[in-house]
Amino acid sequence: MSQAINSKRLAILGMSCFLSISALFRNLQQQSLAEEPETRSEIPMLISVELPRIRVREYHRPYVAVWIEDESRTLVKHVAVWFQQGVNDEGHGEKWLPDLRQWWRRGGRNMDDAVDAVSGATRGAGQHRIRVTEDKLKDLKPGQYNAVVEAAREVGGRELVRLPFQWPPQAKQQAQESGETELGSVSLQVSAPRAD
Amino acid sequence: MIQRSALTLFMLTILSNTCFAHKLWILPSQTQFAGDDAWVTVDACASNDLFYFNHVPLQLQFLEIVAPDGTEAEAVNKSMGKYRSVFDVELTQNGTYRIALMSKFCFASWEKDGERKRWRGLPSELKEAVPADATEFQVAESLGRLETFVTKNTPTTKAMTPIGDGLEMIPVTHPNDLYTGEDATFRMLVNGEPREGLEVAVIRGGTRYRNQLEETKAVTNAHGEFTVKWDEPGMYWISTSAQDQKTSLEHADTRYLVFSATLEVLPE
Repeated sequence: MSQAINSKRLAILGMSCFLSISALFRNLQQQSLAEEPETRSEIPMLISVELPRIRVREYHRPYVAVWIEDESRTLVKHVAVWFQQGVNDEGHGEKWLPDLRQWWRRGGRNMDDAVDAVSGATRGAGQHRIRVTEDKLKDLKPGQYNAVVEAAREVGGRELVRLPFQWPPQAKQQAQESGETELGSVSLQVSAPRAD
Repeated sequence: MIQRSALTLFMLTILSNTCFAHKLWILPSQTQFAGDDAWVTVDACASNDLFYFNHVPLQLQFLEIVAPDGTEAEAVNKSMGKYRSVFDVELTQNGTYRIALMSKFCFASWEKDGERKRWRGLPSELKEAVPADATEFQVAESLGRLETFVTKNTPTTKAMTPIGDGLEMIPVTHPNDLYTGEDATFRMLVNGEPREGLEVAVIRGGTRYRNQLEETKAVTNAHGEFTVKWDEPGMYWISTSAQDQKTSLEHADTRYLVFSATLEVLPE
């Protein structure tokens, strides 16, 4: 297990050297995430998603979905879905939402108000931070959950990363994973409840 | 008795799903859809390889497309090429569409001037085909059903209400919710009743690029159900056959039933 992590780390390190400027940028971003004020109770969860700069002839911004799943992988909260809004030359952006295969299956395909509420435009390469409010999390039953981030890119690949957390948090929780292709560093910070 | 076996063999050669005959199939361009302008395009062929159109196109005369609300949906842009037939369906409703291409044949054999003749055609053409002085006349019918399912947004099941005629597959697991590493269960009905002991062949597409067919077999249980575990993603062809005595033609006492479905299995 630790070997696997080490080799993954090494791979990341190798890539970091290769893209040293963006890695530096990323490290700075991660630091600032770690230093986020701890207990603003209205923002108990922060999810940070890095979309790597991908040098290809034809680049399209990825479709990205972020959600919270329970232990049976049931989607319990939509957090974000970024996709091409409206119509362009290639048709309506909604058409390609099933390419976010796991998200589509777990609830995206309902295309209901819960999806509308978190829909937004695609984002470019870089670090993106999503604040999940107390309001969104307050009806989560106590238990083990994952924050899931899935990215799918036109003429590119698809990748999915899971970050585990416990709810309600007993203490501050942090988790970090790195994607290998479509996602860079993905991290999660869950703040402990305030003492009062 | 010998003649009867010969006729049976002849029909089995045409109807059999595995060894002798070509596989009959319809292939949707994809199975999960979203958005306001959703269309599926479907190929219909008979061929040995799955799913390559390299033998003969299928007739599109008996298309049965059920929309999510249970009404009939229309196929457009129907055409028949050298090797494949094609049609399109606009998915105007949210939910699951059941797309079926039926075949309804009649097989006959008779003797005339001491020679055995064999004939296949539509039941309506039979009368004209048989000479008045034919002897040793034998006839049987067939009902074939090639099916696939496509869904816009959330899967629904209303379109899969049993029709009650011939072989049908009714989902226990939704046919547009199939993923590798998971089990899927379906129920086979014959004339609306669950049928035990049917042997169902399961073959993944892309047969041209592997040495073995890698066909697996499942057998229906007392509830008519069989379960498949999907090891790899892809388009799968599943097929089975049966027979009954529900014939429409005079002198015909056997009806051969064939069913095949094309199902898409996605990676987790």
